[in-house]
Amino acid sequence: MAETVLRLHGVRKSYNIGTPVEVEVLHGIDLSLERGEFVALIGPSGSGKSTMLNLVGLLERPTAGSVEIAGQDATALDEDAVTRLRGRSIGFVFQFHHLIPAFTAAENVAMPLMLERGHSDAAIRARALELLDRVGLAAHAHKVPGQLSGGQQQRVAIARALSFDPPLLLADEPTGNLDTASADEAFALMREFNRRAGITFLLVTHDPRLAQRCDRIIELLDGSVLRDAPSGTALEAR
Amino acid sequence: MIAAPIEWVIALRFMREGRMQSALIITGVTVGVAVIVFLTTLIDTLQTSLIDRVLGSQAHIVVRPPEEIARRVPTTAGSGVTARVEPRAQRLRSIDQWENLYPQFSGASGVTAASPLVSGPGFAARGSASKSVVLMGIDPDRYRRIVKLDTDIVAGAYRVGGTDALIGIELAADLGIGVGDKLRVTTAEGGEDVLTVAGIFDVGSRDLNRRWVFVTLRVAQTLLNLPGGVTSIDLVVERIFDAQGIAERLQAQTGLKVESWMQTNAQLLAALRNQTISNSLIRTFVVMIVALGISSVLVVSVVQKQKEIGILRAMGASRQRIMVVFLLQGATFGLAGSVAGAGLGTVLLHVFSTIYRNADGTPIFSPEVSPRVMAVACVTAIVVGLVAAAVPARRAASLDPATAIRHG
Repeated sequence: MAETVLRLHGVRKSYNIGTPVEVEVLHGIDLSLERGEFVALIGPSGSGKSTMLNLVGLLERPTAGSVEIAGQDATALDEDAVTRLRGRSIGFVFQFHHLIPAFTAAENVAMPLMLERGHSDAAIRARALELLDRVGLAAHAHKVPGQLSGGQQQRVAIARALSFDPPLLLADEPTGNLDTASADEAFALMREFNRRAGITFLLVTHDPRLAQRCDRIIELLDGSVLRDAPSGTALEAR
Repeated sequence: MIAAPIEWVIALRFMREGRMQSALIITGVTVGVAVIVFLTTLIDTLQTSLIDRVLGSQAHIVVRPPEEIARRVPTTAGSGVTARVEPRAQRLRSIDQWENLYPQFSGASGVTAASPLVSGPGFAARGSASKSVVLMGIDPDRYRRIVKLDTDIVAGAYRVGGTDALIGIELAADLGIGVGDKLRVTTAEGGEDVLTVAGIFDVGSRDLNRRWVFVTLRVAQTLLNLPGGVTSIDLVVERIFDAQGIAERLQAQTGLKVESWMQTNAQLLAALRNQTISNSLIRTFVVMIVALGISSVLVVSVVQKQKEIGILRAMGASRQRIMVVFLLQGATFGLAGSVAGAGLGTVLLHVFSTIYRNADGTPIFSPEVSPRVMAVACVTAIVVGLVAAAVPARRAASLDPATAIRHG
């Protein structure tokens, strides 16, 4: 289990570079996530959580340092290669599910695969239905997001994030928008995929209750790692 | 669920999602293309039929003897100064050596037919009525290829030979004669002959119907006192707009006066050219409006779809793929609008061809749209759609996925 899925090395990120309002949001982060870990990323607003998630998700590039996904240094790749690496290796679950309203649940789940292949085919359709079945939504495959409840939409989003069996799944406040019952359901689902498929989860949350249910907690403060410990010890420290 | 290229699938879904916008812009393109197809076909066919009508009763090129100019007689003393040069009156003359020159004209490249003509003024009389006419001495077989007179015969037959003559429908009415009747013709040169009306023609011009009297070359030569001569050679060319160039070349080669229809109808040509320019101007503006319409719809769509674009990028869609999605929408707007517009234009032409009619009740133009006009309109609309989509598509492709998603 010593397989490293994510490694950040000396990662810095500045905004408005070269202007009077230049600001460094992350001050050199070193971090690594092993296969099968279930990690919570916490910290107050403005601590750099979102920026870090964007860097890890390869949606932004660091100003300095390197981001390695599954042993591949993304900072050395060009735009197209980064897009491919992101598509194959990272699944995203957002606070506001972010499904595409013009497509059905099944099509939304199939979207990363269709984008990779360039078109749809029987295998992709079968895979999308199988994933929907695993999140308990096989019966809703042909509904559009607007016809689904918030909890159901988030489960579709989780199914979509898993379409490539990515080694790493990033979740940004995945339950922030849901009632307690739906939130528990979504969390349980992620936990199950983590245990069954060994997928590494990095979960950004404000909710301490949720963080305590993860295996490891990383706390950011003002752009630096304040604490990085298994959840039990983090609880004791409080 | 879905079939082939994902860019197409996404583009069509986006268009369907914003179906109100899509319907409006496709309607706009439709109207634009219909206007272009309608105007272009209308003006092209009207111009063609106008030129046809003008050239229906005249040769494309007319070869005449050079004009006679006044020459100064050298004076022995050398002291005389010419105060006034009186231009010479142009006599009726024959083209010198026309039979030797004739093959040079009939065989010239671009020329498809040639016909010698003896033409001069005369009087046609019956009883006490006398009318001023133009005697046209022709070789009927050759002349038929210059002016399709044989198809304009309304009574009798296209027959010119011996003393058989053809007269116009107006002259026949003026003199009160019909086919088979006799007609006395006199000229200023002192010629006089009695002709038999073999046929009556209607070339569509009252003036010509009143004036033209067609006889054989020999009869005209005798009446006009030009034994063996011809006053002009009429030519028909393969491509009518080459006439001017051919005329200039022949004039330089032979030294004769060679005039094309384009010179004799310079005003008509200028009018046609101005019409063509206005049509191009209208087309240009319509194309611009269509392009701006497509562009603005897609710019709005990119803003509306910001979040979806961000999601697609996060799901592994490359910048090019996002760009293609929006280019396809532009091209589809253009294609759908142009197909509908070509249809609407055709309908308009059919409707207007039944409204606009000639004096005799026949349609003024035929409502057929040439496949070329259709194809050009469609290809133009697709290209305009692509070009109009270029700016919005680039904007969409350059959207930062992180910010797009954040602003969910």
